[in-house]
Amino acid sequence: MKNFFRISFLIALFFGFQFNSNAAEKVEYLKTDWSFKGPFGKFDRAALQRGYQVYQEVCSSCHSMKYLSYRNLVEKGGPEFSVEQAKAIAASFEVKDGPNADGEMFMRPGRLSDKFVMPYENEKAAQAANGGAYPPDMTVLVKARGGGVDYIYSLLQGYEDPPAGVTLDDGVYYNKYMYGNKIKMSNQLSDGLVEYSDGTNASVEQMAKDVTTFLMWTAEPHLETRHKMGFKAIVYLIILTVLVYFSMKRIWSRIETKV
Amino acid sequence: MSEHEYTPKSKVGKWFNDRLPLLTLANHLTDYPTPKNLNYWWTFGGILTFCLITQIVTGLVLAMHYIAHADMAFSSVEHIMRDVNYGWLIRYIHANGASMFFLAVYIHIFRSLFYGSYKSPREIIWIIGIIIYLLMMAAAFLGYVLPWGQMSFWGATVITNLFSAIPLVGEGIVTWLWGGYSVDNPTLTRFFTLHYLIPFLILGLVVLHIWALHVPGNNNPIGIDIKKPSKDTVPFHPYIVIKDGFALLMFMIVFAFFVFYTPNILGHADNYIEANPLVTPAHIVPEWYLLPFYAILRSVPDKLLGVIAMLSAILILAALPWLDTSKIRSAVFRPLYKQFYWILVADVLILGYVGAMPAEGLYLLIARIATAYYFLHFLVVLPVLGFKERTTPVPLSITEPILGGSPNLATVKKKDSFKDQ
Repeated sequence: MKNFFRISFLIALFFGFQFNSNAAEKVEYLKTDWSFKGPFGKFDRAALQRGYQVYQEVCSSCHSMKYLSYRNLVEKGGPEFSVEQAKAIAASFEVKDGPNADGEMFMRPGRLSDKFVMPYENEKAAQAANGGAYPPDMTVLVKARGGGVDYIYSLLQGYEDPPAGVTLDDGVYYNKYMYGNKIKMSNQLSDGLVEYSDGTNASVEQMAKDVTTFLMWTAEPHLETRHKMGFKAIVYLIILTVLVYFSMKRIWSRIETKV
Repeated sequence: MSEHEYTPKSKVGKWFNDRLPLLTLANHLTDYPTPKNLNYWWTFGGILTFCLITQIVTGLVLAMHYIAHADMAFSSVEHIMRDVNYGWLIRYIHANGASMFFLAVYIHIFRSLFYGSYKSPREIIWIIGIIIYLLMMAAAFLGYVLPWGQMSFWGATVITNLFSAIPLVGEGIVTWLWGGYSVDNPTLTRFFTLHYLIPFLILGLVVLHIWALHVPGNNNPIGIDIKKPSKDTVPFHPYIVIKDGFALLMFMIVFAFFVFYTPNILGHADNYIEANPLVTPAHIVPEWYLLPFYAILRSVPDKLLGVIAMLSAILILAALPWLDTSKIRSAVFRPLYKQFYWILVADVLILGYVGAMPAEGLYLLIARIATAYYFLHFLVVLPVLGFKERTTPVPLSITEPILGGSPNLATVKKKDSFKDQ
């Protein structure tokens, strides 16, 4: 048994080593305290609502959110807007529907069941409007980048003047956290860019944190349920393991062999 | 296979059992005499059965919601993650379950290597096991393609392209595998079909694996033949059932930790980007459990030879019962083999590590040395060791070393007189 644990520990160590080596990037990302990290992590409801506002007012003019529906904004574990608020948000968008009885496509106000309206008709249109670069869909963006939330949070604040010797083409910007340091998105955030309805000071740092929190939720909408269920499942398993352990001891004691 | 003939007590039971002896089988499984000194490394057989069933059950549910089409696969997975009730849970169990399955199978294989479980009379069990392992790798690879992310697409491209190394017909085979001129929709649909088929093949082979095990019975940590049933054995139920159950629960705690708290750590971030044939990821890496073989593949400069080396690295295991010439099974009584065993473990871990690194410079050099050593272990060290090694005395029975502490020299067989029955 002792040997078993010793070797299991070595295996665990090896895995830890592997993950570290995978995550080893040259730059150190900016750190902040995320409310959703850790086994009891939950989203900060107000941060999600502010983050939605930043996405809506800043990002959504180029970045789509194609796997999210307006109804998701109401659901538990998310920004938890009221149904009325979410309906109003949906209705502020024009959705293409149809064909109607005359065979015509028509525009109507959005409903809760609609997916988030895309900023461009298609990928080609998005590229054409952005100097050839396709602004990636944001729904699962934080899971699609090695550094996760820390990377996105840093990138939004990572714009600086290029160091001497680095020349940038037209429409290319320098960002110290971007892979290869060259990015086709210009700096989007500036202090006071949005006016938060809850009165929070809209500093660049605050907006970056809020919108990244929002993106974490869009990527993992069931994160809170997962954390809660995980805690229950593991506590249950531990109790059961202890019970089974003593049953095992009892059963094996009949033949006087140590287990 | 137990000594006494089993007869059901009830009349109906007897009537049924005479026509289909399921009750005899159930009786055999509960009474099955098992060495009583099995340690926790022996619990992984049961754990693997649990893994297989978990994968099949979660896979069935996923298949109800998944759409095997190049334009819809990625979004159908997102649909599962968002809108299907507990879809996120089922998918995370399935995705992490693959890793847990391989973790368990590697422990199971290395258990066998340490205690010489592959030796006579258990060669068939071992070879079936190797076939299961090969099918597992195929299933895992095919399954990784299904979410149709960037790593899915490019992983599929790299692996299927290996077949192009075959002289003359290689290119034709690759086109045939793809069902076109690149990895595309026909590739995805056939991969889905095969991914659904393979687990059931594995299930059938697992039945054979256990059947073949029940003929000679379990090996044990001291690797000697034992009388069955005797005071060296315990009935499978309740002794081994409860012990396997305890170990399985500990395994499930680790499993649950991955599923609920770090569900994506074993995957690659690029697989959350939808497949794009026009953009190649910076590093194409397979899942962690295939890395040692990936390292072997890349350590050979020639493509065809690399593929041959990679395949040989797996197939050489099937020849193991004949490459290992030692009559003593357990490494406990083989002081030299024990050391070489741990060197091999380290070698495979190193291969896994360099497999995840870019194939250049120092990493490539290490990969080459580790690859050479891997083959050296099986082709030179093992055959020679059997003749040269001075083994320590092997006890006559299981109870003897347990009761007496260290083996009593008066009652032990010497290496020369030790024969396999």
